[in-house]
Amino acid sequence: MNGRRLLGGYAILAYVFLYAPIAVVVVFAFNGGRDVLYWQGFSTKWFRVALETPEITSALKFSILIALGNAVVACVLGTMLALALPRMRSWIRTPIDALAYMTLVTPEIVFAIAALVFFVQAGKKVGIDNPLGWHTILIAHVVFNASVVALVVRARFVSMGQSLEEASFDLGAGPLATFRQVTIPRLAPAILAGGLLAFTFSFDDFITSFFVTGTNSETLPIYIWGQLRFGVTPAINATAAMMLGVTLIGIVVAYAVLRRSGDDRERAGLPGV
Amino acid sequence: MASTEAEPSRRGRNAARAGGPRYPGWLVVPAVVWYVLFFVVPLGFIAATSFGQVEGFSDIAYTWTLDNYRYLWDDIVGDLHLYRDIFVETLKLSVVGTLSTLVIGFPLAYYIARYAKHKTLLLLLVIVPFWTSFLIRAYAWLIVLDPEFPVFRALGLTGFLEQHEILFTPNAVYIGVAYNYLPLMVLPLYAALERIDWSLVDAAQDLGDPPWRAFRRITLPLALPGILAGSLLVFIPLTGEYIIPVILGGNKTFYAGNLIAQQFLESEDWPLGSAIAMVVIGALTIALVVYARALGRQEQHS
Repeated sequence: MNGRRLLGGYAILAYVFLYAPIAVVVVFAFNGGRDVLYWQGFSTKWFRVALETPEITSALKFSILIALGNAVVACVLGTMLALALPRMRSWIRTPIDALAYMTLVTPEIVFAIAALVFFVQAGKKVGIDNPLGWHTILIAHVVFNASVVALVVRARFVSMGQSLEEASFDLGAGPLATFRQVTIPRLAPAILAGGLLAFTFSFDDFITSFFVTGTNSETLPIYIWGQLRFGVTPAINATAAMMLGVTLIGIVVAYAVLRRSGDDRERAGLPGV
Repeated sequence: MASTEAEPSRRGRNAARAGGPRYPGWLVVPAVVWYVLFFVVPLGFIAATSFGQVEGFSDIAYTWTLDNYRYLWDDIVGDLHLYRDIFVETLKLSVVGTLSTLVIGFPLAYYIARYAKHKTLLLLLVIVPFWTSFLIRAYAWLIVLDPEFPVFRALGLTGFLEQHEILFTPNAVYIGVAYNYLPLMVLPLYAALERIDWSLVDAAQDLGDPPWRAFRRITLPLALPGILAGSLLVFIPLTGEYIIPVILGGNKTFYAGNLIAQQFLESEDWPLGSAIAMVVIGALTIALVVYARALGRQEQHS
């Protein structure tokens, strides 16, 4: 079992590789000094500085609002898709599936410029001069996040079996009543987890937001991107650490929700798995 | 869509197919409309724009000209080959990036799938970085690769690293790519390896196969779907990679994604930018067809 121990050691190194850079950002966010790379004692000063910078707080608020709106719309669209799709005829299911996967794997820069061209040109056609803003970010984010929610919800919906839904329909309940009384109680954790993932994907997104944003709507990643031109600063570190914090909370809650609801072998939300 | 029909007939048809009554098919309509309107149609817009030209200040005239493609083609076959070099570098980045995530990720996925006790937890630990901000994960290397990074100072490597600069070189881009895309590779690898019945490998070794041959003849073929899926998940987005070269490559690295972005952010030549994007999509489509063929052949074998 020598190979086993060797691989175990390797795995530890791999996890160090995965987490050390993230840890470095977080640790150095607590550096009291002005220079990022020289440790001068523990301090939360830069978080205070970041939270007192109006650009950062407004970008943070904006990002959270977009991510929330996106999560709600993506949940509605994605859940509807996940409920109807698994048992549709394959000639209609397959292209829709392919479309949903494409929204997840297309190089983001291609989707971003496509959305930009579309919003500007289509906007011109219908007489909107300046179409870019929070709504265009929201619309674009929902495209790939509806697919994220659909994947998560569908994995659960298929694995839990649908005999209860069938019974409900057979007993004369309509889709809405069945959804409220039968599906929701069983699927709520998956929908919530899908929504949380959609939230974090939107909250973290840079490329799409960057291209379809208007002049006065800056998300947090866009702000950080703009600041990187001036190099790494402790305040940016603190901002990045806060972003990681928001995302981690989302992930942990999503995982806890999915796990509590039973099947922890869920590999939901992972494209291609 | 079909659900406007009378209830009994729908139920009858459903019963004829597998399973009983179900949620109506029209539930897919909102999502499909969203996909078509805000994904398919926009892709159609850049296809159309790639045949247009700039008019006045950053306005687009849809003139159905081949000029943008001709311009790219002339560059690719010509003496200047600025764009050709960038495309070649992009291909190199995508291939090397995919291979490095495979080489780094395979032993990890193998360990989790075959030996680990807490498989779910360990897999989750691979996924978590994937869900955190891509931008910040790239940014983190800006600190870690700095010659002044405290660990390097403590090891006395600062001078050495200043001479053999990493940050703001292609090497930094490659490190960032291997790091940021690793989870996307490990997940499908794990999914394939997890299904392997390891007693087959043990049996082969008991019957006299040395470990490497047992690996080559049993593990590798069974892991192949995971390898192909992971490669796809890494390779496709890498062809349009934009963030990592900008952050870690300084001004010295330039790939197709940066080229596209430049046409939109600086040059204001949307038609050319669209044409470059179409070239990337076209090349990807060809790669995907080849992939699908390979997959088909693999399925025939097994």
